[in-house]
Amino acid sequence: MSNIAIATPDVRPIPVRELLPWAIFGGLLFLIAIYFVGTEEGATSLFSGMYIHEFVHDGRHLLGFPCH
Amino acid sequence: MVGSLLLRGMIVGVIAGLFAFGFARVFGEPQVDRAIALEEQAAAAEQATGSQAMAEEPELVSRTTQAGIGLLTGVVVYGAAVGGLFSLAFAYVYGRIGRLGARATAGLLALGGFITLVAVPFLKYPATPPAVGSPETIGARTELFFVMMLVSLLAAVAAVGLAQRLWASRGGWNASIIAAGAFIMVVTIAQYALPTVNEVPEGFPADLLWYFRTASLGLHAVLWTVVGLGFGALAERSLAGYRPAAARTAVR
Repeated sequence: MSNIAIATPDVRPIPVRELLPWAIFGGLLFLIAIYFVGTEEGATSLFSGMYIHEFVHDGRHLLGFPCH
Repeated sequence: MVGSLLLRGMIVGVIAGLFAFGFARVFGEPQVDRAIALEEQAAAAEQATGSQAMAEEPELVSRTTQAGIGLLTGVVVYGAAVGGLFSLAFAYVYGRIGRLGARATAGLLALGGFITLVAVPFLKYPATPPAVGSPETIGARTELFFVMMLVSLLAAVAAVGLAQRLWASRGGWNASIIAAGAFIMVVTIAQYALPTVNEVPEGFPADLLWYFRTASLGLHAVLWTVVGLGFGALAERSLAGYRPAAARTAVR
């Protein structure tokens, strides 16, 4: 009966079950992205060389990550 | 639903990154250039006195690239990631903190995110321009920076939980004041206890440091404002008429 749905307030939480897979997948992806902008070839290195560090150098400084 | 929110969050994050890039380009880059000029001056002076026969570092990426496409890439990727994480946090918080609508939830979440993840860590470990900071301590400084951020985030989550518990018995105002006070106390103790990092060289221009740091803070303020307000507007439309799967079956 659709009139029951109308009577309840329109703010409904999204069930955690529905959220969890996205949170894991997205969380991982975004943290890796932030890692590459923020700390790769600085505090720790996955790739050798300094190219990524130098390329995002100004952004890293201005975003407030410890740079060098 | 979550997928659609996530996509919107990333799009808003990219747009916010573009705004932040504009801000950083105008207010941040002049300070970076000044700091690099000072760095080169100091290196040249050292070479002239012969105390250190250090060869000039080969330039991997030109200054033009760093200040242009490099800065753009860094800030936009960061913006997209912040927007994406923001949308996931929003998807959890929405409907679980009182009965706030989508736009109010997004606005509050962005304000909270800015205070928790930017302002509080910044107070202890502020952004530093080039020529500040020795390469030997980069590992320790990075660790401390993220520890501070984590403490701040956990304290904020706990404070929101505390406010919710007290809301019914103490009323909204008192519950909020107590929770905010608890957050400030935890964060202050952490800032007092964690070691201070000061690697600003003797005689480094104070105005340069100030302008650089306000530019850094401004960049984040622009980013979070656009994310909070922009995402709220998009999410409101996308959530209109949303019924969780469980509620749909219950209605039937």
